[in-house]
Amino acid sequence: MSSAVKNIVRFFIFILFQALILNKIPPLHRFITPYLYCLYILWLPFNINRSWLMIIAFLFGLTLDYFTGTPGLHAAPCVLIAYIRPFLINILIRKEDIEAHYSEPSVISMGWASYFIYIVVLVFLHHAYLVLIEWLQFGNVWYFLGKVIGTTVISVLLILMVELLFYRKQGLRKKISG
Amino acid sequence: MRNIFLFFRTYFSALFFVVLQIIALLMLTRYSRTHEAIFMHAVNEWVGTINEEYNSVQYYFKLKKINEALANENVALRNLLSSNYATMNTSILFKQDTVRIDSTIQYRQYFWRTAQVVGNDIFSQNNYLILNRGSAQGLKVGMCVLSNEGIVGMVEYVSKNYARVMSVLHRNTKVSAILKKTGVQGRVAWDGVDPSFVILSNIPKSEKIKTGDSVLTSHYSNFPPGQLIGTISSIVNDPSSNFYTIKVKTGTNFYTLQFVYVVENKMAEEIKAIERTTKINP
Repeated sequence: MSSAVKNIVRFFIFILFQALILNKIPPLHRFITPYLYCLYILWLPFNINRSWLMIIAFLFGLTLDYFTGTPGLHAAPCVLIAYIRPFLINILIRKEDIEAHYSEPSVISMGWASYFIYIVVLVFLHHAYLVLIEWLQFGNVWYFLGKVIGTTVISVLLILMVELLFYRKQGLRKKISG
Repeated sequence: MRNIFLFFRTYFSALFFVVLQIIALLMLTRYSRTHEAIFMHAVNEWVGTINEEYNSVQYYFKLKKINEALANENVALRNLLSSNYATMNTSILFKQDTVRIDSTIQYRQYFWRTAQVVGNDIFSQNNYLILNRGSAQGLKVGMCVLSNEGIVGMVEYVSKNYARVMSVLHRNTKVSAILKKTGVQGRVAWDGVDPSFVILSNIPKSEKIKTGDSVLTSHYSNFPPGQLIGTISSIVNDPSSNFYTIKVKTGTNFYTLQFVYVVENKMAEEIKAIERTTKINP
């Protein structure tokens, strides 16, 4: 399967899984809804142009928004993590080395430690921004922090489970001939 | 000029990021006006179909509770039948009423339709429901939605076959309410904390209230008067205020909502027209 087809299929799977399962299950606590969908943006290939990355993230977030009836609410945090993603990858790994061999961020291509940091930072930023614009009228700081940290922990746990369950095979990229 | 182009080239992604953020936030804040006119119609149908498919699965798991609720409602309605009331007073003559329903149709204010909930959010701050009825079935924006246990929300957007309902569990919903016992008016809103409780405010401290008292919709609300909102579950006595803040357990169980009634107020237009004239000539 080519990378484009794979990502288009993932797009719909992540949206439907988030909208129809994670948004519906009775949550652990009444505030904590786990968000797994942002993993789609974290899994996009390395070699996408930053502007395209943001456009894809925007459309992705907006699609989910239509399921929840809040256009823009998920799109804004998605664009934020799409914007920050390349900076973070640059800091965490030596890009030239990895990009020559692997196509997308994963445990294999980045190593456990950097991949874990990559996920925790972006998921935290996503949740913090999401909760911030959702609760704009709210003043209670502890509530806000509790919700952000609680949701982040649950989401990261879910993401780790997904990583272990759906092991993404990533063969070395073929060398471009010529 | 060259420098301007250079500036755009070097900071293109940052600027693009800001532009997308602004678009997203504008969409979020202006959602109800410009936005829905453009895409909403097609998208609402599309999401509605997916939700309906999903709901057809979910529906089976709730059948038991729905049947129970419908049976309870039937019992309540049967108890209102005139044949249940025997009277010993012989001065009253019972006659079969021959008035056909057509002759009272001009006095009808509320018209009830059924609808099924195909999409239901309860865990975010602004919750919406999706109903499988739309403009083709006579729904209009502003109609009220009730369940057999209490109020649910208000129709906010209608496409051909689906309607989006702003739930009572929405930060902008405000419903005028009265206490059933004393008839004192207050206002019900949701504080965004728990989907099974709403907050009743503006009840003066001179009132005697108890937990368990019923809270109904008032004559001033858009809902038909006297519909149950919920029952008082706890009372917060704030010493700095002359009013109580009351936590009300919602009559409607938003977790298992499946069938609702959409209520049309036939006189809504007339009431609106009157309100408009009083605004022009105060």
